Amino acid sequence: MATSPSTYKVDDPEYKLTPEMQTKIDELVSKFPEKNSALMPALYIIQDEFGWIPPAAISQLAEILDTTPNKIYSVVTFYTMYNEKPVGKYHIQVCRNVSCSLMGAKHIVDHLSEKLNIQPGETTEDKKYTLSLVECLGACGSAPVMMINDTYYENLTVKKVDNILESLQ
Amino acid sequence: MSDLKILLNFERNGKSHTLESYKQRSGYKTVEAAFKKYSPADIVEEVKKSGIRGRGGAGFPAGLKWSFLPKDSDKPVYLICNGDEGEPGTFKDRVILEENPHMLIEGIILSSYAINAKHAYIYIRGEYGYALRQTQQAVDEAYKAGYLGEKLPGTGYQCDITVHKGAGAYVVGDETGLMNSIEGKKGQTRNKPPFPAVEGLYGCPTIINNVETLASVPYIVENGGEVYGKIGTEKSTGTKLLSVSGHVRKPGVYEVIMGDSFMDFLKNQCGGILDGKKLKAVIPGGSSTPVLRPEDCEKMTIDYESITAAGSSLGSGAVIVIAEGTCMIKLLEVLAHFYHHESCGQCTPCREGTGWLLKIIKRIEEGGGKMEDIDTLTSITKHIAFHTICPLGDAACGPIDSFVEKFREEFVEHIEKGGCPYNGKFTRLQKRI
Repeated sequence: MATSPSTYKVDDPEYKLTPEMQTKIDELVSKFPEKNSALMPALYIIQDEFGWIPPAAISQLAEILDTTPNKIYSVVTFYTMYNEKPVGKYHIQVCRNVSCSLMGAKHIVDHLSEKLNIQPGETTEDKKYTLSLVECLGACGSAPVMMINDTYYENLTVKKVDNILESLQ
Repeated sequence: MSDLKILLNFERNGKSHTLESYKQRSGYKTVEAAFKKYSPADIVEEVKKSGIRGRGGAGFPAGLKWSFLPKDSDKPVYLICNGDEGEPGTFKDRVILEENPHMLIEGIILSSYAINAKHAYIYIRGEYGYALRQTQQAVDEAYKAGYLGEKLPGTGYQCDITVHKGAGAYVVGDETGLMNSIEGKKGQTRNKPPFPAVEGLYGCPTIINNVETLASVPYIVENGGEVYGKIGTEKSTGTKLLSVSGHVRKPGVYEVIMGDSFMDFLKNQCGGILDGKKLKAVIPGGSSTPVLRPEDCEKMTIDYESITAAGSSLGSGAVIVIAEGTCMIKLLEVLAHFYHHESCGQCTPCREGTGWLLKIIKRIEEGGGKMEDIDTLTSITKHIAFHTICPLGDAACGPIDSFVEKFREEFVEHIEKGGCPYNGKFTRLQKRI
């Protein structure tokens, strides 16, 4: 899963932070007693814009926060919600933990895998869907559960999954 | 069994998160009165008297925790509300954050006043997008209404709240891991001492409490610690939110009075087991608490002492119900995978040990197990538990040791048969209400 920084250009103009993003990050910095506290929310600003955390953006962010790209990488790779490589338009994350497993998460994953023709961890060729397995999403009472981008879909059945996928077309 | 609802005192009508709804339930009245009536020390005293124990999982008395703050420090004090809620099976704080956030905010204002904190952080796990939005909206409303910000009504007291979004890491649920996370670092935990009350966030004295604990504070201050202390049992006071999941007919979040019978609760409020099956096992307090067999639960009541006496722990109050026909080894494999995945890598026993545990369990489940594997598992846990900086290592061992103790025959069966008697699958049960 981890992507070596050298795979991507660190000065890629495609991933230059926009003035709006810079302003938002500056606002964040002013909210905390220490600059570095703005790091995690700033990474979300980057991910919201580009869909993942590109190395070029990390280099720019390091300058703004007076830190090193290395330190930012350590944070990006530590937390599961920062995408280290591009994901599809719809990032489908299915919970694989206890309560979801008890309530049939495996069937949901197998169905998605077959329908989208990808394995967990992969993205469809048209870059529309990425399928991931994740740990407990904290919706155990309505298992099985998946999250698509930042929306939860609960009490899943195979039929419900089909309807959801159709609504995303 | 009483109907008292302290935290879930609202109708689920889609509006309970608003300031208007909260004020209709006498919200923020306590905070207005408290500034006039009580000194900060009075509030600490009420919370101590209430006997409320931390609802995050450790069950440490909240008032006592507050009293560990140094009296002579000239550094600012911080309050952190822990809404990381990562313990598998737990989803009770989510209900407060999504549907009753103003009660939490009022609790934070009162608690900040009590410990002289001017700035509080609500740390919410990143996956809880809806909870983050609902809570932020409530914080914005509270600022507009003058309950937050500089100079709260009738006082010169200041209270600011920042909502902080996590990014997916179980270990951040530990208090020092969470502090590192707010500081923009990897969420690895810190060695203690120094304890957070002395040196926490930004090196300053910090108190960190769970969402449910802080949301209980307005009731305690309004009614007095003694009144709260009379609810429940002598040592487990108040009400407790339980997150019920797994093979039950009516899963969800319930507020119960401490000391209620567990089996009655399961049968009456949760509607019993799916498809009329028999109960096979219960994990009573979140994935890291030891598993129990039905006979262990017969006389168990819902409180810290009784569940400990039954051989497990109330933990975060996450009840995972498991019906007959479930492969316990497959289930343990899911748990072992989780702890291996979440081990942060800082301490060798946990980083390496959780991987070994997973490999062995997987081997047993898939038919390649040997008899000595069973004792190897418990020998590994002996070397992990209490040999790590944070409790993640101990948490990983709780399920392993208890599954081996309570369901040893299933390990033996897998090994003797050379495979899983349940075909390596979870049986699907359907009939929910």
